[in-house]
Amino acid sequence: MEKKLKVAALCNGTVIDHIPSDKLFKVVSILHIETSLNQITLANNLESAKIGSKGLVKISDRILEVDETNKLALIAPNAKINIIRDYLVVEKRPLILPEEIREIVQCANPNCITNHQPVNTRFHVLNNDGDIMLKCHYCEREVKRDEVKIK
Amino acid sequence: MSNNSLVSIADYSKEEILAILHSAADFEANPNRKTLDGRVIATLFFEPSTRTRLSFETAVIRLGGSIIGFSDAATSSSSKGETLNDTIHMVSCYADAIVMRHPLEGAARYAAEVSPVPIVNAGDGSNQHPSQTLLDLYSILKTQGTLENQTICLVGDLKYGRTVHSLIMAMSHFHPTFKFIAPDELKMPDEYKVFCRKNNIPFTEVNELNDNFNDADILYMTRVQKERFQDLMEYERVKNVYTLKNSMLDNTKANLRILHPLPRVTEIDPDVDSNEKAYYFRQAQNGLYVRQAIMSKVVLG
Repeated sequence: MEKKLKVAALCNGTVIDHIPSDKLFKVVSILHIETSLNQITLANNLESAKIGSKGLVKISDRILEVDETNKLALIAPNAKINIIRDYLVVEKRPLILPEEIREIVQCANPNCITNHQPVNTRFHVLNNDGDIMLKCHYCEREVKRDEVKIK
Repeated sequence: MSNNSLVSIADYSKEEILAILHSAADFEANPNRKTLDGRVIATLFFEPSTRTRLSFETAVIRLGGSIIGFSDAATSSSSKGETLNDTIHMVSCYADAIVMRHPLEGAARYAAEVSPVPIVNAGDGSNQHPSQTLLDLYSILKTQGTLENQTICLVGDLKYGRTVHSLIMAMSHFHPTFKFIAPDELKMPDEYKVFCRKNNIPFTEVNELNDNFNDADILYMTRVQKERFQDLMEYERVKNVYTLKNSMLDNTKANLRILHPLPRVTEIDPDVDSNEKAYYFRQAQNGLYVRQAIMSKVVLG
């Protein structure tokens, strides 16, 4: 079958591919793409041999920082980050879960100070025998990676 | 942020824990040393806790310090909508240290981050209450002569009980063996069992009190609260099964001591009080010396 490019190629910028379809708009929110003035292409529910249905984000003329892309490791650990210059992929960037996650996650504990006062959230990323857990810096409650609430 | 704050028992190393306990023993021998002469300590109780507040305030007064503060959020500016950040900054203009009780978990850690003066956490929701843990350790040390190699039975509400969780963390320095005795509804959460396994701390779990503590050095009782149960008939059953009676102590070790963070309700029958193994009222008194040690360390460094 002939493979057709459904989305126009990017000259310079960042492509985030293989985003699970139900996570696309979380990615948009985490990266604050909704307020970006750059040209943005969003696509969703594209066919994917690997994950069935995927989303895609293309940001023109902006190279995302490593700190920014690593935020995605929490919700879309298998997304692919490609940095493009002159239509060529100059960097395939792996996603690495940071040791500490600030602001993007909301504490699941309704009695946590961060849900009642203007306090920026902080979570420590723990590895409990292969289970990735997030521990709130303030209330010390742990939550599994899949059960994390993104703000 | 002031590095001298005490928010969680995990903030203290083994050496710092032992130093506090030694200092507490000095204060027990001589409770009226004026180490805080001329100092002002604020006690900010955003929720009432008379027992804890009186203990801290007595400690400060015996050390020669003065107290400012409030005992109920209804009488403080937080009822007008002031943020915790602002309250802490305002109070730190007047006080050399702040003892804080707050109904929200994480409030103490946050306060310690924004405060120019040290914060002592006197309980943040169901999270941490480190002075309670230190007085528990002091009581174990005093009654057993050592903290090493103790067999400790934790009984009652092991799911929500912050005192037992903190005790596990603190005792992890001293090679304990634990037995967790709780009804299924109130079992020890997995994260603490994971912690024990990671630290090579042996533990067993049973769900009946009976005579499961005959090999124990410390029997640490906690209150089983009615509001934790979905099924009130189950609560009635558990309440009766989890009552310690004097007759159940016949075959226990001579050095066994019974601890309880208080207040107790039905979990220890009053007929236990006269048994020499009952230690819970002395334990509360130990809290005074431990809090004298904590306040001296926090203010003086």
